[in-house]
Amino acid sequence: MRHLLAIEGMAPSVIEDLLDLAESYVLLNRSGKTQRDVLRGRTLINLFFEDSTRTRTSFELAGKRLGADVLNMSVSTSSVKKGETLLDTASTLNAMQCDLLVVRHDQSGAPNLLAQKVDAAVINAGDGTHEHPTQALLDALTIRRHRGSLEGLTIAICGDIGHSRVARSNIHLLLSMGSQVRVVGPPTLIPAAIEELGVLVFNDMADGLAGVDVVMMLRLQKERMTRNLVPSAREYFRFFGLDADKLAYAKPNALVMHPGPMNRGVEIDSAVADDPVHSVIREQVEMGVAIRMAVLDRLARPLQIVRR
Amino acid sequence: MNAMPPVQLRDTFIAGARVIDPASGFDQTADVLLRDGLIAEIATGLVQPEGADIIAAEGAVLCPGLVDMRAELGEPGHEYRETIASVARAAAAGGITTLVALPDSRPAIDDPALVRLLLARGVETGSLSILPYGAVTRGCAGVELAELGLLREAGAVAFTDGGRAIGPARFMRAVLSYTRGFDGIVVQHPEDPSLAEGGCATEGELATRLGLPAIPAAAEAIQVAQDIALVRLTGGRVHFAHISTAAALDLIRAAKTEGLRITCDTAPPYFDLNEIAIGDFRTYAKLSPPLRADSDRLAVVAALADGTIDAVASDHQPRDADDKRQPFAQASAGGAGLATLLAVTLAQVHGGAIPLIRALALLTSGPATVLRLPQGRLTKGVAADLCLFHPDRAWKVEAGKLPGKARNTPFDGRALEGRVLGTWKAGRRVFG
Repeated sequence: MRHLLAIEGMAPSVIEDLLDLAESYVLLNRSGKTQRDVLRGRTLINLFFEDSTRTRTSFELAGKRLGADVLNMSVSTSSVKKGETLLDTASTLNAMQCDLLVVRHDQSGAPNLLAQKVDAAVINAGDGTHEHPTQALLDALTIRRHRGSLEGLTIAICGDIGHSRVARSNIHLLLSMGSQVRVVGPPTLIPAAIEELGVLVFNDMADGLAGVDVVMMLRLQKERMTRNLVPSAREYFRFFGLDADKLAYAKPNALVMHPGPMNRGVEIDSAVADDPVHSVIREQVEMGVAIRMAVLDRLARPLQIVRR
Repeated sequence: MNAMPPVQLRDTFIAGARVIDPASGFDQTADVLLRDGLIAEIATGLVQPEGADIIAAEGAVLCPGLVDMRAELGEPGHEYRETIASVARAAAAGGITTLVALPDSRPAIDDPALVRLLLARGVETGSLSILPYGAVTRGCAGVELAELGLLREAGAVAFTDGGRAIGPARFMRAVLSYTRGFDGIVVQHPEDPSLAEGGCATEGELATRLGLPAIPAAAEAIQVAQDIALVRLTGGRVHFAHISTAAALDLIRAAKTEGLRITCDTAPPYFDLNEIAIGDFRTYAKLSPPLRADSDRLAVVAALADGTIDAVASDHQPRDADDKRQPFAQASAGGAGLATLLAVTLAQVHGGAIPLIRALALLTSGPATVLRLPQGRLTKGVAADLCLFHPDRAWKVEAGKLPGKARNTPFDGRALEGRVLGTWKAGRRVFG
């Protein structure tokens, strides 16, 4: 693995390997120890063109626990002429001998473009509405720890599928690992031809959540209301917000997930979000660090042969 | 400075080519004599005049110089992309002798003086007639009507705002009504602006996978349907540029049957490529309108054959590396097309979709007829604008090696058959 740009096209064996490795890092993290030799002498740069405290922090922690030198670079897309920044930044990073480059960008495909130009291994930390591979991996790890395997599970991804890179990465990953995937939301938030990816589409939570093992909620941004894709937060919550009544359609032991940050009272009711029986939202954050350690570890290994 | 002595143009004798004049249906092996910038003779077994340049053209095809009815020059305003000089080089290499230039330059061609300037700059090239479109609105900004009558008087062949659709029905009605007064032609970019806003790929599975803001293919048919109704209302004349969907072609086919004054063209990417070309975020395949699903591509091929499409234009839109090396949605749309216009169109001949004479009609008499131009004919007595090509000679498109300045071909790596051997402008050899 040279870069981690997308889940689409990743072999199930590679995914399985990353999950297994992450599992060992969960244990390490819980033991309070670190393994600073894994990335010792490596430089990891968090290059964020879009604000994201939690993802950046998660990568930062993952890198530091494995001994990397971690730098955070925040680049405002509005302040500089777009595009120029990206390739100029790429040449700057090459000059800095960066080994691992974590990129968050508001444009789909931006990490792919960077990967063509930089020497570093590029990790996509979310690009536009394309993919967010480490989120899908951490979600898979979370589910696997509770259900043993992803195979044969039925998983509903609910809400703003159209604008969600998390949904796309999860769809690819879950399907390739043998889960059945449903997407649930109003038609205005379901992207065209999504069923051709192999998912079932539902416009009603009662039907969509019926008998599912996992309910993944997605964040609804306020912009969707101003662009008239949804009339109001109140109406959205009435029909698509996850509350105890709607969760009752799922299996009794169904897991509730959310990539964060949550809009309580918009896509999810606080009582469900904080429910100790169903909600694994806090655990997702923990798994995020472990998954990112596994990804950094795997991507750094070939570098040891090639570089220096 | 010494004035250049007047040079007597030598006669040119093109021997044994398959001579095709799509306008008249002439298609036979013949010799052609060029004298004083005109086609002096077309006949079999002509005697070679003494002192003439002899071109042995057995196995090659001689046709009228191509008429490219839609290309961006880069000049004025975007000289870093392409200049009139580099356009002229690329056009000559592509067999193009007449080019109709889009007005959405900087400044836009919205003033009679600019129309005259472009006409003169074309003459200066010595190899390419540049015929300007006039802007429909000042600055091609879609707000204020440009001085259409004065633009026409200065030599604008038709009116368009280039890549910007004239969206609001009320505005388009006024444009069509006004231009009807002098029988003007309005060239529309057929894409409903409200549906297209912010989009950069055709809506569907691929755009969904890539997470790109998408435009439904129906945006084209919706605009076309509105404009057809407005033609019916006003009696005006509309030409639809780069038609790329089955639904729009069905509407145009029906409108033509109805007898409405409507014509349309397409461009090589829309019958040679489909949306798969943008996979992996390849910005060289980012075009406007965006590449379509293969079912739409096949409908375009069928419409080339059945006559619904009147012309094939290069849609040449030069872009430089900085325009293109950006995240897909932010990259500039457009592809270079002058050097590949003929060969990509010939691929439809080699593939059996259309006969050779039909392909050449789409590139010569077709666009000339749409725009009421005298060019695009190969008969005795007309200006000797000619293209000589080998229909089967193979070559491969390489982005960095095309003539002209622009490298942004969507056909990079494409193997093609059909190579231009020579181009003549008013009897003078300008390529080959």
